[in-house]
Amino acid sequence: MKLLFDGVSGRALVLLALFFVVLAAAPFLVNDYLLVVLITILYFAYAGQCWNIMMGFAGQLSLGHALYIGLGAYVTAALYVKFGVSPWIGLVPAMIIAGAVGAVIGFLAFRFGVSGVYFAILTIAFAEFARIGFDHFSWVGGAAGYFLPVANYTQNDILNLRGSQHMFYYIVFAMTVIAFVICHLLLRSRAGYYWLAIRESPEAAEALGINIFRYKMYAVVLSAAMTSLGGVIFAFFYNNLFPEQVFHISRSIEIILGPIIGGIGTLFGPIVGAFLLTGLAEGLREVMLRLGIDLPGVKQVFYGLCLLGVVMFLPEGVWPTLKKKLGLDRGNEGS
Amino acid sequence: MALLEVSGISKSFSGLKAVQNVTFDVPEGKIVALIGPNGAGKTTCFNLIAGVYKPDTGSITLNGARIDGRRPDEICKAGIGRTFQIVKPFAGLSVLDNVVVGALNAASSIVDARRKADEVLETLGLAPKRLQPASTLTLPDRKRLEVARALATQPKLLLLDEVMAGLRPTEVDQIVSVLLDLNKRGLTILLIEHVMRAVMALSGNVIVLHHGELISRGTPDEIAKDPKVLECYLGEEAL
Repeated sequence: MKLLFDGVSGRALVLLALFFVVLAAAPFLVNDYLLVVLITILYFAYAGQCWNIMMGFAGQLSLGHALYIGLGAYVTAALYVKFGVSPWIGLVPAMIIAGAVGAVIGFLAFRFGVSGVYFAILTIAFAEFARIGFDHFSWVGGAAGYFLPVANYTQNDILNLRGSQHMFYYIVFAMTVIAFVICHLLLRSRAGYYWLAIRESPEAAEALGINIFRYKMYAVVLSAAMTSLGGVIFAFFYNNLFPEQVFHISRSIEIILGPIIGGIGTLFGPIVGAFLLTGLAEGLREVMLRLGIDLPGVKQVFYGLCLLGVVMFLPEGVWPTLKKKLGLDRGNEGS
Repeated sequence: MALLEVSGISKSFSGLKAVQNVTFDVPEGKIVALIGPNGAGKTTCFNLIAGVYKPDTGSITLNGARIDGRRPDEICKAGIGRTFQIVKPFAGLSVLDNVVVGALNAASSIVDARRKADEVLETLGLAPKRLQPASTLTLPDRKRLEVARALATQPKLLLLDEVMAGLRPTEVDQIVSVLLDLNKRGLTILLIEHVMRAVMALSGNVIVLHHGELISRGTPDEIAKDPKVLECYLGEEAL
């Protein structure tokens, strides 16, 4: 516990607790529509946090994180539908498979000195392989999609992730909190210091005794395995999976917009970014709906404008600035 | 047996012979200076020792164990710390965290590494700036940070690549006294330096490289009288 709160100011703790309480009470305060929006926000906050381990901490840009979401989704969905395996058990092979695929990508890239933009392209390539591969993988429906059985649930079946939105909300909420705590602890660990060093200067990191190949591999495997859990939620919440949607590059971009806008490499960046982007985009949709305007693609244009604004005016992201404004700047290094 | 023994190492970069058949050693507990005009192969020599490049020929041993061709992180683990001529601070991290990363090489825990890092920062006079981001440091301070980070890895041998360049004379004297003190406590140092004030004050043993070859070695006085050395620095006509 000491490690958890070491260096966190009292003011930050109070605000954090307040934020936690509001989110924990949210399902009782909002309607069903807003609850779905909140689930989406937390889903993106979670996935963004996982992506941030690779890019924000270790400096390895992945533009193909939809791959791990998709793998998590398909593995647990197939195990559930075909063999009746609970997603709580199914998530183990899902994480192992996603981690292994991450390891293959990482090995290929880091062993052969592929870095920067070329590494990013490699991650896109693998996500695209998966998209095309799953399009022709008829065992899980191929391009026609894969569906989980849906019924009217009178009570929550947490064991099989079948139930109300409230249940999903609390599961995603718990995942987001756990991912946050894990990342917080990681940043204060040896691996965290090593990742930041590798991000800042791989040559200097190596000269200080860091096996950069090994630590970059840790980051990719951990990020991939954690991201696949997002896929489990995706599958069991939406109940349908289409390779064209799940593995599409626009999914990968959606995941990374949150942390980029919130602040790459910060712990709150992915959360703040997800709230801003999804919250505002949904708000915009609602306003358009009320006004009776139907413009397809307005969300994408909005995302583009947000990104443009942040890049121009807040190049470090929203969170570092917000942190200063909230007076949390001192005694809270790095988070 | 000397701590570091370099024998017959060569390295070419697509035809350019950067280092040719260089042999020297660094005895334990000594400070040895590597000098020579620009492009003499000094930094390449360092990079060969530190594992950035693998020598084409020859061998390098530390305490009798072969280290040539091993990775930089393995060489650091073996006990060689190095600085970079073109400084490479972890710009986004605080000065303290920069040094903590180095200290983790030998420390068993983060707390332990922090304690060690604070000691090193104190030694190099960077303690008042410990919480500043490294990107805000001036060049002399960045040079000091390079030394601090390398020192924090707790090396047996420290390789310093022009850490005095661009420093004021008083700052040079300050670093010289720090290095002499560390040397007294058992640290062996091999340094590349152009600032002769520092070379004279630190080292009884100078090695001169020119066009990738070792042309002279001896005490600073001997070196200063060696016609080959004078020729490479001043040109033939000057003699």
